[in-house]
Amino acid sequence: MTRAYISCDMASVALGADDIAEALTAAGCTVIRTGARGLFAIEPLVEIETTDGARIAYGPVEPEDVPAILDDTHPNRIGDLATLPFFAKQQRFTFARCGITDPLSMADYTAHDGWKGLAAARALPPQAVVDAVKASGLRGRGGAGFPTGIKWQTVLDAASPEKFIVCNADEGDSGTFADRMLMEGDPYCLLEGMAIAGHAVGASHGYIYVRSEYPFAIRALNAAIERAGPILAPFTVEVRVGAGAYVCGEETALLESIEGKRGQVRAKPPLPAIQGLFGQPTVINNVLSLAAIPFILAEGPERYAEVGFSRSRGTMPVQLAGNVKNGGLFEIGFGITLGELVNDIGGGTESGRPVRAVQVGGPLGAYFPPSMFDLAFDYEAFAAAGGLIGHAGITVFDDTVDMAAMARFAMEFCAVESCGKCTPCRIGSTRGVETLDRIIGDRIKGAAQREQALEAMPQMRNAKVKHRSVDEEIGVLRDLCETMKFGSLCALGGFTPYPVLSALDHFPEDFGGARALPQAAE
Amino acid sequence: MIPDDLDTIVGRLAERFSAQRGALLPLLHAIQEEVGWVPDAATPLGARALNLSRAEVHGVVTFYHDFRREPAGRHVVKLCLAEACKARGVGAIEAALADRLGVGIDKTRADGQVSFEAVYCLGLCATGPNALVDDRPVSRLDARKVDRIVAQVSA
Repeated sequence: MTRAYISCDMASVALGADDIAEALTAAGCTVIRTGARGLFAIEPLVEIETTDGARIAYGPVEPEDVPAILDDTHPNRIGDLATLPFFAKQQRFTFARCGITDPLSMADYTAHDGWKGLAAARALPPQAVVDAVKASGLRGRGGAGFPTGIKWQTVLDAASPEKFIVCNADEGDSGTFADRMLMEGDPYCLLEGMAIAGHAVGASHGYIYVRSEYPFAIRALNAAIERAGPILAPFTVEVRVGAGAYVCGEETALLESIEGKRGQVRAKPPLPAIQGLFGQPTVINNVLSLAAIPFILAEGPERYAEVGFSRSRGTMPVQLAGNVKNGGLFEIGFGITLGELVNDIGGGTESGRPVRAVQVGGPLGAYFPPSMFDLAFDYEAFAAAGGLIGHAGITVFDDTVDMAAMARFAMEFCAVESCGKCTPCRIGSTRGVETLDRIIGDRIKGAAQREQALEAMPQMRNAKVKHRSVDEEIGVLRDLCETMKFGSLCALGGFTPYPVLSALDHFPEDFGGARALPQAAE
Repeated sequence: MIPDDLDTIVGRLAERFSAQRGALLPLLHAIQEEVGWVPDAATPLGARALNLSRAEVHGVVTFYHDFRREPAGRHVVKLCLAEACKARGVGAIEAALADRLGVGIDKTRADGQVSFEAVYCLGLCATGPNALVDDRPVSRLDARKVDRIVAQVSA
């Protein structure tokens, strides 16, 4: 019987993969549901196994295409996916199995090098496992880039009868979906990483905090935990579901949320590694950090560390999103430039119009113009350029984007999602929206209308009689951004200025300011 | 709309989570799944069941966007309005859906047939604009798919 592989990833299902799977079953195929391969331009994607075990890919396809697929006459025949440049150029360490195996098949996972890392770790004393993670150079993939091995060392050294492993799977940043793809496409890999962390620091229980917007991932993880229980034992894992609060992606707010409280940020110190969940020493790592661990233990830290750039070692699963032709997940060693990612791999915009801006690192990341596309993908290089790589999501915008509107959205998002604990974030973001509204209002209506503004009314005795010019308003906005950047308790208020300031710096013409100098030739 | 046996429901669900630490969020999720929303009357019941103060429960219910303090429409359309979907033109889709559904974003239509809500990222950022229609994901929204959604939630 013909074996057909088709993804059960939420993105594939949203494009109609279930209907195609049904049509293939009706046509007599044995359908195997896998994770997503990672290139969504060719989804829904079907792979048919040949007699010698190779897979021939077709995509994008519709349910009525099934006969043409089965007699190999379909025009969207791709052939061997590994030969596509999008896949041939990747270095898949963390996502090696994703898209290939049945996510919940224990047999598949074991056959594709699963549980090797856990076996290797359990043969070592805890300190040796922590040393291996340190030697790999792995840094927190959630965005902060803190060395994972040092975090683990702190927890290992903390004396306590009870410790916890917490996986941050509250991937709320727009433009990022690597956590979701891994949890749906290779959930055992995450569980294995958590069990290794448990052995390394002496923790026996773990929590995975998943956002409620990811129902497929929640289902996959719960099913995987049930099946892998005996192998993970004595380590146990529990899934906790978020409730739509973006700020819970911040680690201390996440801990509060697991404890059943409002997701309000805690002041640090004490660090979660010393006093974390329920007051106990806690390793809190992103999905991608924990999912990188099995490879490091199975293949050796040197193998991981030999890839990379400067102080950023190993690979990063980069997500190409927004208005981009070849959108998807591209895992590669650090050091590749932004331009290569957007233009060569991504193929430019899907709309066919010129790229105007890319936002790297989600709603708190900076906007970069094409003139900065020679920037290398590296924690330090991005920080030096006034941005962050965050969770490595790259959202591409074409030349129809209004950057003042995007800056306003960043402030508005912060105002809605602020946990309210610190003043710069809670009040600063609201004042930011108001200031941007005045700037945008002036741009649209012209300054004359503003003479009737509330502040100019005679009743407003303490207000300025004459309203500010656009340049003065921009000065106020920049000043406000400085306050938020340095005065906020966590990254929400602290990084919201990044998209706002970068939009002001690189796209001043959208704010009614002078047009930026023509970009230097690339 | 509030079930007569709310206290029995909350008691039974609280029992299920009694062994868990930090059981309040799982309990509220379970109440919402069974009742469809979290009535204010559930606050003192949940507080008593978990040995918390009413203020603590009220604080949590009102902090998280997911918990509904009013019943939703019979159908729920959640449209992603985050950056990656904006880059792919969700603005026009939002206007079209609001017009065709007869209800603006973050509102329930007066006849209770449909709630139209914003969501900030479904993690399908390479194939937007995206929506969840009664929990079913739909990507690459266009005029044809808007028609289909409208037909589905009008039924």
